[in-house]
Amino acid sequence: MTVYSVIGAGVAGLAVATELVARRAKVQVFDPGGPPGPHGCSWWAGGMLAPWCEYENAEEPVLRLGQQAIGWWAEKTEITRRGTLVVANARDLPDLRRFARRTERFREAKNGEIAELEPDLHGFGKGLFFADEAHLDPRKALQDLHRGLRDNGVEFHRKLAPTGLENAIDCRGLHARDLLYDLRGVKGEMLVIRCPDVTLTRPVRLLHPRMPLYIVPRGDGVYMLGATMIESEDSSRITARSMLELLSAAYALNPAFGEAEVLEIGVDLRPAFPDNLPRIRRLGRTIYANGLYRHGYLLAPALAQGVADLALENKHSEMVDEDRA
Amino acid sequence: MKTFYGTELPNPLMLGTAQYPSPAILEQAFRESGAGVATVSLRREGAGGAGQTFWAMIRDLGVLILPNTAGCHTVKEAVTTAQMAREVFGTPWIKLELIGHTDSLQPDVFQLVEAARILTEDGFQVFPYTTDDLIVGERLLGAGCEVLMPWGAPIGSGRGLNNEYALRAMRAEFPDVPLVVDAGIGLPSHAAHAMELGYDAVLLNTAVARAGDPAAMARAMALAIDAGRLAHEADPIEARDMAEPSTPVIGKAFLS
Repeated sequence: MTVYSVIGAGVAGLAVATELVARRAKVQVFDPGGPPGPHGCSWWAGGMLAPWCEYENAEEPVLRLGQQAIGWWAEKTEITRRGTLVVANARDLPDLRRFARRTERFREAKNGEIAELEPDLHGFGKGLFFADEAHLDPRKALQDLHRGLRDNGVEFHRKLAPTGLENAIDCRGLHARDLLYDLRGVKGEMLVIRCPDVTLTRPVRLLHPRMPLYIVPRGDGVYMLGATMIESEDSSRITARSMLELLSAAYALNPAFGEAEVLEIGVDLRPAFPDNLPRIRRLGRTIYANGLYRHGYLLAPALAQGVADLALENKHSEMVDEDRA
Repeated sequence: MKTFYGTELPNPLMLGTAQYPSPAILEQAFRESGAGVATVSLRREGAGGAGQTFWAMIRDLGVLILPNTAGCHTVKEAVTTAQMAREVFGTPWIKLELIGHTDSLQPDVFQLVEAARILTEDGFQVFPYTTDDLIVGERLLGAGCEVLMPWGAPIGSGRGLNNEYALRAMRAEFPDVPLVVDAGIGLPSHAAHAMELGYDAVLLNTAVARAGDPAAMARAMALAIDAGRLAHEADPIEARDMAEPSTPVIGKAFLS
């Protein structure tokens, strides 16, 4: 029986392995970093399943393919379906109007409705409510996929994949950049804070012309604040400016965030192709699945299905842009 | 057409490279616009060459590159950023931007003049982002600048030419200096307006990058700039208060 070797156990690799196993293929996984952890950029993600919001600044496939993600993840991990709230300060209302023009499936929240949805948000007269969106805890999601695979007998090798593997599926993100000429890194910075004084129950996006930011509740008063997008490939440190901007956004949502504890600072590089859409490429004996950019959790299910279609059925989904088997 | 430090621009549109949804869309926008110059920021993308991949994409656009000091608030920062830009892009051109106010991003003209002097002495060819103040313009020329880039309106505001009178005065005061309207353009009509006033080029970024269809907007801007330039060269008529019939009245058949 053919054994598929998935290389890389981030969200892409684990989703691909999960999809292959669901279609009764035999799979093994290689990752020298071991089980899901801070070595992978998906560890630092927001975990928003927000195809309608993301469409504001993304290509159409993100909207269409992203919609499948909510159902896919719901079968594998715990997701929260409480929608997304988008707000702006009074002087940035043109940004809210623009956001509304470029997105769909929302309703305007006004006249106190914001306070009804999230009583701890003060001073926002107008907002947009995307009721159908959801979010998940990315770390828990990765661990759940990992556990699910192990339960299904998938072997995890904590080492580099040997060279010359047959039926390899390379999901190493930016580590594969030497083999994918048009892959680049886009720097992202995020913070995890704890602030039991503030209760938010759904992701909130604060629009701002220079630094649109979001905050995602992780439960127990813990929040993820994200995320910068910088065309830089330096993942060593957060800059003071980014930290200031992230924290000011939280402070603008509710000044009580000023007393939050900063639990974590995350910096990593998102793998991205020039149009910021993922790609599947078959070059020789290896299939490369990469370029999830800022849509790791939103597009990993569609990417995984595309890989399984190609590997098992030789079917070309729209993400396949090159096939030189 | 005037030259910019001896270089003739292929096209009077200078287009910024920030805030596009993706590098692919950025590239389409440049292709559609035919822009002759790309401005690039370095301050945030980074020290130590961390922005190399992105910068390589900008180089691949095959247009002239005008690095900028966007995001700098002090002379020292601006000078350091300019030096880094010269190393990265191998050009003496630098768009000098010195922000004086966080909310309006208004230039700090005092520091601007000083930084322009330092950079010019160091061999840079400075494109200063300035206000429409004539005296500041004079001081910048005195500091060695051979181009002036007055604002139309605050950066990213899309308000068009806030003070047409001042921009006209600037054109009249410095007839031989290449002048570029930089910042504040939101619509093609704004860009056409600047060219109709006799400006030599227009620099814009947000209006294209943040449009719903950046490539289409880039093309619209290019067409408007062409129209405005042609109109200026065609010597437009003067506006007047009363009608001036386009058909002579004398000799016309008298029917009523």
